[in-house]
Amino acid sequence: MLEWMSLLKDPNVQWIVLGSMLLGLSSGVIGSFAYLRKQSLMGDALSHAALPGVCIAFMLSGTKSILLFLIGAAAAGVVATFGIGFITRNTRIKQDSALAIVLTVFFGLGIVLLTKIQHSGNGNQSGLDKFLFGQAASMIRSDVITMAIISIVLVGICTLLFKEFKLLSFDAGFARGIGYPVAFMDQLIMFLMVVAVVVGIQAVGVVLMAALLITPAVSARYWTERLGVMVVLAGMFGAFSGFAGTFISASGNNLPTGPLTVLVATALFVISVIGAPRRGVLSKWLLRVSVRSQVRREQAVLQFRGEEQSQ
Amino acid sequence: MSTFWIILTGCLVASACGIVGCFLVLRKMAMVGDAISHSVLPGIVIAFLISGSRDSLFMLLGAAVIGLITVFLIQLFHQSGVQSDASIGVVFTALFAVGVVLVSVYTRDIDLDLDCVLYGEIAYVPWNTLQIAGVDIGPKAVWGVGLALLLCVGVIAVFYKQFKICSFDPVMAAAVGIPVALFHYLLMGLVSVSTVASFESVGAILVVGMLVVPPASAYLLTEKLSRMMVYSVIIGCSSSISGYYVARLLDASIAGSMISVAGGIFLVVLLFSPSHGVLLRKWKQKRQLQEQASNATIV
Amino acid sequence: MCTDPLTIDNLSVAYQKKPVLRNVSFSVSEGKLIGIVGPNGAGKSTLIKAALGLLPRLSGDVSVYGKGYREQRKLVGYVPQRESVDWDFPTNALDVVMMGRYGHLGWFRRPGSAERTNAMECLAKVGMADFADRQISQLSGGQQQRIFLARALAQDAKLYFMDEPFVGVDAATEKAIITLLNELKMQGKTVLVVHHDLATVEEYFDWVMLLNVELIAFGPTEQTFTTENLQQTYGGRLALLNRDAAASVITSGR
Repeated sequence: MLEWMSLLKDPNVQWIVLGSMLLGLSSGVIGSFAYLRKQSLMGDALSHAALPGVCIAFMLSGTKSILLFLIGAAAAGVVATFGIGFITRNTRIKQDSALAIVLTVFFGLGIVLLTKIQHSGNGNQSGLDKFLFGQAASMIRSDVITMAIISIVLVGICTLLFKEFKLLSFDAGFARGIGYPVAFMDQLIMFLMVVAVVVGIQAVGVVLMAALLITPAVSARYWTERLGVMVVLAGMFGAFSGFAGTFISASGNNLPTGPLTVLVATALFVISVIGAPRRGVLSKWLLRVSVRSQVRREQAVLQFRGEEQSQ
Repeated sequence: MSTFWIILTGCLVASACGIVGCFLVLRKMAMVGDAISHSVLPGIVIAFLISGSRDSLFMLLGAAVIGLITVFLIQLFHQSGVQSDASIGVVFTALFAVGVVLVSVYTRDIDLDLDCVLYGEIAYVPWNTLQIAGVDIGPKAVWGVGLALLLCVGVIAVFYKQFKICSFDPVMAAAVGIPVALFHYLLMGLVSVSTVASFESVGAILVVGMLVVPPASAYLLTEKLSRMMVYSVIIGCSSSISGYYVARLLDASIAGSMISVAGGIFLVVLLFSPSHGVLLRKWKQKRQLQEQASNATIV
Repeated sequence: MCTDPLTIDNLSVAYQKKPVLRNVSFSVSEGKLIGIVGPNGAGKSTLIKAALGLLPRLSGDVSVYGKGYREQRKLVGYVPQRESVDWDFPTNALDVVMMGRYGHLGWFRRPGSAERTNAMECLAKVGMADFADRQISQLSGGQQQRIFLARALAQDAKLYFMDEPFVGVDAATEKAIITLLNELKMQGKTVLVVHHDLATVEEYFDWVMLLNVELIAFGPTEQTFTTENLQQTYGGRLALLNRDAAASVITSGR
């Protein structure tokens, strides 16, 4: 126990823990809305689509500035969301295929650019690699401050526009009918997802970012029927996963933080699916058993009465 | 000569994925293909740890099994009430995370290049040959993917009508007595096998590209399922061949180029397909409106 | 009794807490055109799906011509609701109708010219022979329903279940469908139809089943489709207007 306490006193660890928690928090919040709009896998698509954006930013600027990478990734994300929407709206291709198409084509383009950069001898693109596959352990104070600001802004926007996002996710047609700028708000939610993804990629890498957007939100869904509670819970689950994941990795031997965070989130998910009251598997099973015995009792009574009458 | 092997491997991958991928697109399971390609990582690692070598049938089998487990878990969560897209996301990210953890824990024992598994390196294919009784009979990848292709073609040809009706109207199929679940897992098994067999050449992530992009292009070009599969294979092979030469020109990743070319073809089809192209449709609508206008003035 | 097309004994189905069907028992005799009516949520579609094994049941037995459903699949035809299908699928009308024969072809046989001819005949019977190679997404709602019907005909069953076949179709299609159903009845087949429009029950069906979670009444239309039974089924929220001999029914919203 004392070891753990001393771990927390290490400033490096403190920053990493804080960064992971903020990441989990903002992903959980925006992920709730993505889940309700059935766009959970959009995060996966956006993370992969970021690659060409980052490469182009590097090629244009010649330096490995994190800010430029972020801008590049965000731009690519915006183009990707536009592409997905365009395909879905104008052809009979469904959203899942559109996601997969954009995901792989962008990523393929990104790989082409990446290998070109590698072969062009422009030397040290290890910054590029780290950016894409996540290196939570190397988070320093400035990174965390950036994350904090972005997280606060993101959560702030979601709080301010909560009822608008809620209506939009539930019934876009109705929202349009009462005059909401639906298209703009749609793009805003997408943009917030892009931001969350781009910030998170640095910490956990491309593939695992998708998990942070999905898993805490799904877990939260099991505990409540109210959107507000769900969003808060999702944020908390996300933050806890970040905390626990970082902690286990710091105290263990050389285990990477990203995957551990995801595994903690998954554990929370499994607990929620099984144990949540009313919506969890256990409760549903108990309910089913009680309904079955109730029906059997009724049948027995009917039979008994039938026998009585025939006597 | 080595060019030939590389192109052949690319075409075999494109064909196997192109055929099976048609069903993924039609059944709205494109992202399940993505999920399988990520989640096989722990399968490969475990199989490697058990068998001790990278090139073994064992690895192929282990990864294929994990592919089926992935689908089973997705189904499990979906049936207990989780939305389908969310259950896909939870399962594959968790399994991938397990894979990454395993790789870093056993990193000393594993000579596994994570990058290679994810992106593949088709250029190395010709050098990794299969030897039977001391005779060199060609690259392992070609045999592996070739067999996978044969398996896919065989199974789908024999059970074509079952796959078709299960994709089109699963309710009716169940009512008529066709075991829908069996064919679902059979299809996913074929996807897993194709994915794993293609790893060495195009890597996990780009296999998904070959599973989805050519079939989607074909979907916009025809109204018959059988033709859709044929077009998908043709487009896939063209992407492979052109992609190889583009990569040579640009001195860049071969697999990435193949997918980029496939994406380019998709874009062209999206805009200009005679039956479904977006620009073409808008142009036709404009023409119709103009005709109506001129007819009205005549009358 | 053993050779009745359909016998259901004590069927109960529940989704969550509320039972959707409770202790439903009845027996259907051959050559009848039967309408199943009841308010929303009464369990009409559920009855069909549970009988076909598409939904799990809490209790009860279903026998088709004396045996379990699984052995008698070839004798049963099912026309589900239209939303269950992906209309963007690359296939044409003829192809869909041929799918009706897949159950008969077994595991390995492919549909051949015999199936093709059969399918064309079924299309002709529903008046869609000219649409044989039309892609299905280009068909109207009424035309899609006719294709589904043709597919059911191709199944060549003796017992048919139809789930709201008249929803969203135009008057001409409705007439064509009911003519076809009567022809089936003449051939000695049995047809159960989940129906939503009380006004046409007396005109279309010779037997009627009134269902609201429990079986309220089942019998020949003249004796069963009475005011009291309807009141009991719809919970008293019903107004009947009698114009001459025809009874028009108005249900108030729930």
